[in-house]
Amino acid sequence: MFSAGYRSIARRCHASSTLLQSQAKRTMATTEMTVRDAINSAIDEEMERDEKVFILGEEVAQYQGAYKVTKGLFQKYGSKRVIDTPITEMGFTGMAIGAAYKDLRPIVEFMTWNFSMQAIDQIVNSAAKQYYMSAGDIACPIVFRGPNGNAAGTSAQHSQCFAAWYSSVPGLKVVAPYNSEDARGLTKAAIRDNNPVVILEHELMYGVSFPVSDEVLKSDFVIPIGKAKIEREGTDVTIVTFSKMVGLALEAAEVLSASGTSCEVINLRSIRPIDRDTIINSVKKTGRIVSIETGWPQCGIGSEIAAIMMESDAFNWLDAPMERITGADVPMPYATDLENAALPQVEDVVATVNRLTKRQLVA
Amino acid sequence: MFATKAASLLLRRSAASASSSMAAVRGAGSVGSGIAANNLRFLSSSSTNSTATFDLTGSFETYNLETSPNNTIDMTKEELLSHFELMYTMRRMEITCDNEYKARAIRGFCHLYDGQEAVATGINAAFEPEDSWITSYRCHCTALARGGSVASVLGELFGNVDGQTKGKGGSMHFYNKAHNFYGGQGIVGAQVPVGLGLAFANHYNATPGKPMQVAIACYGDGAANQGQIWESANMASLWNLPMIFCIENNHYGMGTSMDRHSSHSDYYKMGNHIPGLRIDGMNVLAVKEGMRFVKEFVGGGNGPMYVEMMTYRYHGHSMSDPGTTYRNREEIALTRSTRDPLEFVKRTLIDAGFADAEQIKEIEKNIRKDVAAQVMKAKASPKPSIEPHLFEYVFTSNGGKEQNEFPPHIRMPDFQKSKYY
Ligand SMILES: Cc1ncc(C[n+]2csc(CCOP(=O)(O)OP(=O)(O)O)c2C)c(N)n1
Ligand SMILES: [Mg+2]
Repeated sequence: MFSAGYRSIARRCHASSTLLQSQAKRTMATTEMTVRDAINSAIDEEMERDEKVFILGEEVAQYQGAYKVTKGLFQKYGSKRVIDTPITEMGFTGMAIGAAYKDLRPIVEFMTWNFSMQAIDQIVNSAAKQYYMSAGDIACPIVFRGPNGNAAGTSAQHSQCFAAWYSSVPGLKVVAPYNSEDARGLTKAAIRDNNPVVILEHELMYGVSFPVSDEVLKSDFVIPIGKAKIEREGTDVTIVTFSKMVGLALEAAEVLSASGTSCEVINLRSIRPIDRDTIINSVKKTGRIVSIETGWPQCGIGSEIAAIMMESDAFNWLDAPMERITGADVPMPYATDLENAALPQVEDVVATVNRLTKRQLVA
Repeated sequence: MFATKAASLLLRRSAASASSSMAAVRGAGSVGSGIAANNLRFLSSSSTNSTATFDLTGSFETYNLETSPNNTIDMTKEELLSHFELMYTMRRMEITCDNEYKARAIRGFCHLYDGQEAVATGINAAFEPEDSWITSYRCHCTALARGGSVASVLGELFGNVDGQTKGKGGSMHFYNKAHNFYGGQGIVGAQVPVGLGLAFANHYNATPGKPMQVAIACYGDGAANQGQIWESANMASLWNLPMIFCIENNHYGMGTSMDRHSSHSDYYKMGNHIPGLRIDGMNVLAVKEGMRFVKEFVGGGNGPMYVEMMTYRYHGHSMSDPGTTYRNREEIALTRSTRDPLEFVKRTLIDAGFADAEQIKEIEKNIRKDVAAQVMKAKASPKPSIEPHLFEYVFTSNGGKEQNEFPPHIRMPDFQKSKYY
């Protein structure tokens, strides 16, 4: 580990150059778009672009999607390419994977990711490993998508995050959009990718509007899978998170800035592959890091990031041990107060960051 | 899609002596797809005029069965009244849930059972308390039948500490082991293999030569296609387990009508070689007699049975579904006016001479008052506090009188707030 003195001098030299870069990247926002419409338009455009793309799942066609994400697609593309399935996840997931072996490009919608548990064997064993097992003979260009994570008042079986589960599997790519830009770019990237891609959307974000630039609205707008985005630049603490929790991190960063703490917020966007460089570089700058997720702590995304801190030279730049903010280590309860207590809140982030900035490792 | 005939109740009284009247009742109407119009003949009543015999002709269709349910059922005035009271309480409770949900006192998913009341009531009437029951998320009324109360159901939906699961489960998760009720399960189809496990345990614990307690797993027409149900059926049949596969066919799985999710719609025949019975699920008398027969059959070691209840849900799938985009209002209105399970019991009560319209109104008034009072009581219950309620029941203890076993450490979002035990 570098000495505290060395860490702070080296940091000051980096600071000015990164600031300039970020200003250049900023683009003008012109339109508002909901996350739902972002996903919907991305699927629509990709279906238009490539005949081989089709979508299947429960209620995706005539009912327009349980959460209306597939609205209008059935009317536009008909029952050949927008397919209502029975409530038989293992069957239709396996079927879609087989179709992908033969170069069709299915999008499997899980009404929620909770129900993908019925089909997880197919995702892990038939999709993720196929290219490797066949020594490159058979690829599996398929997208699995749907709402993941906590919902409001739906309790233990319908409110949980599967990011850690799926991101542990080699052969799968796993992305988690936060806002409309992410949703459009990552959905398109996933559909164009020749590998199985899991998209972890968030039900509570579907109806939220975000400004999107003209760039984002272009039909060829894709976000590279594997690249994180710095949502907010800062110098004191790095907050790494994904999906809905990006919003929480930004909110907490605002609160903390009022008391003089500058937070850098990293939106992972992609959980596998995970963007190690962006995280490590940020930590070299700030010297402190916090992760936020709604999933359970044990073997979570935060645990993985903590391990990256240990296994990389980021370790030499830490001024304090990393901290995680996670869902409580219990199944999700129904009652509002209990549910809130089981999920990360702004005050948890503020308390953690304040604690962290007071700690100082000397070496 | 429904070949429904208007139910007409014709009561013909014979010129019998004052102590014994003979009458015939035409009732119930058809149950829709498959079951012919049901001529419910009220055959006789006892000297005290408190027991009646009802004709159930047309209420059943059998498959792979040499025997069948009786075409009559005897019922006392008290029995029929108690079925009516339970069903009316269910109806009021579900309507209350609808209102309370709209008033935002209930959150999350909320699946209502109105329209299907005769199914749970009839099963309950035919079962012994030792028979096991598991169902889907559409479980408020089964919870009520199996030891719950309006207050314990609504209290749960309000997320209050006196709710049936102390605010942990909400609408989809009711349980009562003392009453052999195992939920309240949110994953479509998953309750069926678990239900088979209940049957397995009953078989395992049975006294040789004696009838076994049975287990029933209720699931929807949509769920009926789930692969794990086929797996369960095979094992149930292979090992002769006292298992009832009970499809509550309300004709829709969410917004998908059964002709769009099932390649064939005779659900009672879905077990291939496994015997099946289709029952008019809007007629509580038929459900009770049908389930008496089924319980006897599977409890007698003859292996499992598939049962299809022809029924209908009035509400949308859950509260976010208006329930009118994929089926037309006429269908709902026609079902309500011609096949309503509550109207049917009421007419049966009147036609059998068990109660008159005035008495029924009085009973309904009392039930409405009772439901309202229980809802008030449920509302008055406090919210669960974080300590200890968030942390309880992750583990149970291995013996000892303290049921709970706390893990050494329960991590909280902010780890400094974590619990150490
Ligand atoms: C495995 C699984 N997939 C999907 C869902 C979402 N879902 C809940 S209920 C339902 C429809 C079930 O219809 P049916 O079995 O006919 O029962 P009903 O609701 O009519 O009682 C669906 C798709 C779920 N809970 N579990
Ligand atoms: Mg159904």
